[in-house]
Amino acid sequence: MTGTVSARGRMKRLTDSAMGLVLLGSALVSVTIVLLIGLFTLKEALPAFRDIGLVRLLTGTEWRPGQDLYGLFAMIAGSVLVTLGAIVLGLPLALGCAVFLAEVAPAWVRAVVKPSIELLAGIPSVVFGLFGMVVLVPMVRGIDVPGNAGFGLLSASMVLAVMILPTIASVAEVALRSVPEEYRQGSLALGATRWETLRRVTVPAARSGMLAAVVLGLGRALGETIAMIMVIGNAVMMPEAATSNPLTIFLSRARTLTGNIAVEINYATGLHAAALFATGVVLFVLIMIVNASARALLASGMRRG
Amino acid sequence: MLLAVGAALLLPMSARSSEITVVGSTTVQPLAELLAEAYQAVNPGVIITVSGGGSSVGVTSAGNGLCDVGMASREIKESERQEFPSMAIHVIARDGIAIVTNPGVGVTNLSKSQVRDIFTGDITNWSEVGGPDQDIVVVSREEGSGTRAAFEEMVMEGVFLITGAAVLQPSNGAVVTTVASTPYSIAYISFGYMNESVAAVSVNGIAPTAANASAGRYPIVRPLCMLTPGTPQGDVKAWLDFIMSPDGQAIVSDEGYLPVQ
Repeated sequence: MTGTVSARGRMKRLTDSAMGLVLLGSALVSVTIVLLIGLFTLKEALPAFRDIGLVRLLTGTEWRPGQDLYGLFAMIAGSVLVTLGAIVLGLPLALGCAVFLAEVAPAWVRAVVKPSIELLAGIPSVVFGLFGMVVLVPMVRGIDVPGNAGFGLLSASMVLAVMILPTIASVAEVALRSVPEEYRQGSLALGATRWETLRRVTVPAARSGMLAAVVLGLGRALGETIAMIMVIGNAVMMPEAATSNPLTIFLSRARTLTGNIAVEINYATGLHAAALFATGVVLFVLIMIVNASARALLASGMRRG
Repeated sequence: MLLAVGAALLLPMSARSSEITVVGSTTVQPLAELLAEAYQAVNPGVIITVSGGGSSVGVTSAGNGLCDVGMASREIKESERQEFPSMAIHVIARDGIAIVTNPGVGVTNLSKSQVRDIFTGDITNWSEVGGPDQDIVVVSREEGSGTRAAFEEMVMEGVFLITGAAVLQPSNGAVVTTVASTPYSIAYISFGYMNESVAAVSVNGIAPTAANASAGRYPIVRPLCMLTPGTPQGDVKAWLDFIMSPDGQAIVSDEGYLPVQ
């Protein structure tokens, strides 16, 4: 701004500050909404924290609202295990997709593959759940282990693995693409092969972005509800291995934190409802931890990049 | 009487519309919606809105006067009767709860105590009740469901707990789909949801049919109730009277429930 203030200049400045205020307003509204939802959930959950106690709520393995038993540990274990399973199954696929799209695929292949992966993100979760229920559950049931009914952590992890694929693949791809071209050219010029360049230069340079992609996928997995309800069996039990093979723990039925709320909230009153809100608070905190680590990873990546 | 006469005098003069709010059991909800539609077709001035929430919500809403009519798909508990002494209970229909298995099981009869032991997890193999040597997959409804509450009360005698290993599905429909597609599974469902994709089991030798339930032979039958904050009056009374009339009860039996008149 110069010293002379013409009418046009003043007008422009006014518009500028007005726009600034409007944008600030929208930002504040979003923050307020998050705060209000958080506070509301906490307020509704308060009787549960008071009457049941945080420790019993978090470590109790029995959830029987009819008997006034409210322990979330089995559900926390369910959510964590199913997310772990989804990451183990989905991560190699998703990162493979990202590397292929960013580094290997010719333009025309990319033009086909990328929209298909994005389309995957647009499929409603209930459709994934339906697919899991009629295709995956009967398939998993074929595994001959006592007590295996098909419904359980493995089916749920498989469904989730496909659901988090687009999230991880697209964020990781952006991270890989934002590695400066000079890095690759420098590496190639030094005589490294394409594979060596990818492994030693490009992927390490994009590491924090790729980690953030994984953490975002984790958050997505923790929050998934309806598809989980349809395939996981919803039994409130500590997942356990049915045979000496520890992997059979994934054939165990379980319930996720999200599923607990969705399945029971219709009927809940009093302390039961408060305990479901407390489930929401636990989920909120878990997802906050996951998102905060994603932010921290992204930030550290930016500082270095 | 005066009120009825007054209403009859007022109605033709002003095309007055009145609203009845109905809240509660998701088992009664579809039936209530049909009964509301049929009533509104002949009484266009009355608007009946039906929403779910579950039996417990139906009882507390009606008891506290938050709605005109509450719905419950189980017996009203003694504690609830004491809490809301002026609440009036109208049994509009009865509903049997059938024990069903996957068609591959081949067990056609169970005693009530065998059913109980299967659902507590004490009996875990079909061979213990005359079936194939296969593990039993127990399918149940979620905590708070009226169907589950009625089953717990009548079969589990209010004290035995349904095994934590049971596959839980949040609706009668989802239970039927799960049992139809899961070998060696067993579940309990409302009579209205029985179809040929699942095999019905006789309990104590009595087949789960409407005839057996009406005659009082079939042991697992629950009432479907409409609850009013006090003695029903005006439009609410007229609607409840319609439900108990032959026309209303015909809708009840068309939907697979047992009429009470």
